[in-house]
Amino acid sequence: MPKIHFGGQSYDCQDQSVLDCLTAQGVSIPSSCHSGVCQTCLMRAVNGKVPSSAQNGLKPTLVEQNYFMACSCYPVEDIEIALAQDAGTKILSRISAIKPLTDDILGIKIQLPPAFEYRAGQFINLFKDENTSRSYSLASVPALGEDLFLNVRKVPNGVVSNWIFETLDVGYPITISSAIGDCFYVPGRPDQDILLVGTGSGLAPLYGIVRDALLNNHRGKIHLYHGSYALNGLYFIDELKKLESANPNFRYVPCISEGAAPDGYAQGMVLDVALSDNPDLTGWRVFLCGNPAMVNAAKTQTFLAGAASRDIFSDPF
Amino acid sequence: MSLYDEIGGEAAVNAAVDIFYRKVLKDDRIKRFFSGVDMDKQAAKQKAFLTMAFGGPNKYTGEDMRRGHAHLVAQGLNDSHFDAVMENLGATLVELNVPANLIAQAAAIAESTRNDVLGR
Repeated sequence: MPKIHFGGQSYDCQDQSVLDCLTAQGVSIPSSCHSGVCQTCLMRAVNGKVPSSAQNGLKPTLVEQNYFMACSCYPVEDIEIALAQDAGTKILSRISAIKPLTDDILGIKIQLPPAFEYRAGQFINLFKDENTSRSYSLASVPALGEDLFLNVRKVPNGVVSNWIFETLDVGYPITISSAIGDCFYVPGRPDQDILLVGTGSGLAPLYGIVRDALLNNHRGKIHLYHGSYALNGLYFIDELKKLESANPNFRYVPCISEGAAPDGYAQGMVLDVALSDNPDLTGWRVFLCGNPAMVNAAKTQTFLAGAASRDIFSDPF
Repeated sequence: MSLYDEIGGEAAVNAAVDIFYRKVLKDDRIKRFFSGVDMDKQAAKQKAFLTMAFGGPNKYTGEDMRRGHAHLVAQGLNDSHFDAVMENLGATLVELNVPANLIAQAAAIAESTRNDVLGR
């Protein structure tokens, strides 16, 4: 009989769903439709494989990370599972480099811990102390073996970002979580066009995703729009222009929302510029990162412009 | 064969959900009820609704429907808005070339939730 390992306990699960099995044992799991549709009971298999019928309709990035719906999962082998929102384990590493990217965004490199697994565009939690952490997206690409690369924006009165700006230095030991999040590139469909829109330090995950897609020989268009108020809020300009020259399918459009834009820059709110350049997004894959108001508006507007809901990936912060 | 199987099961729901939700978000009569709502969560709910309307597996009760829409009723949700959703549902199924007799059955299922959705 298959066993479910969850929260340090084991449960026998015969001919019933994971949700029914756990509920019958008095374990409370959030649920709603009980029909494999609403995704309220989303959980993650940490060990063992769940039947693919438990992943029907989930985004490909969730399937890749072994997420499944407890109500429609009838295990056929032993599995160890966790609640979807449980963040990963804590890992100790060390700062390897620090460099300002703009006046208020700091580039921080962290030594790649042994066997650290992540996908470009995911995020980690960085701990100031036992109970205080903030999430930062990864701009690095695993296939390149790079150190983990974060772009930290200084938040006014931000407890963690101010500590990072004032205290951290090369060699400083640092505690991070394993990688989390479902905003990343999944190989496959190499001819699909891709739109990426970000503001401020929202460029970090997009910079990783673009390079990851190019490394995977993505052939469709890859259009990246990065917005800030003014020129001094933009960064990675040279790196992205170099990528643009080397890859005919990659286009980089830096946008400035206040004041006149010099040659090579677009004037306007980044989302408006991206949508007016690409009004029909039918069949496109879309990545949206940065300012929550922009990201939430962009999710709806790119969907209304034709992108399928399961092809829209986002990370507001 | 059940209505759900005749319409095309989960594949039909997946095909319908974006078309339906796009119509709803563009509909001036009802789009305000969806402003500020997280798209991903909302798309999953639309999918659950369509699955139910297609006669598919669901365990929603009248009580769930009342609880889920109470905050919208407080914002003025009424028959005219329910009618608009019904219209969008019908138009979606027409667009997907679902035969008229099956559309009528799906519409009847959706219609049966009216009083619960509107909290009466």
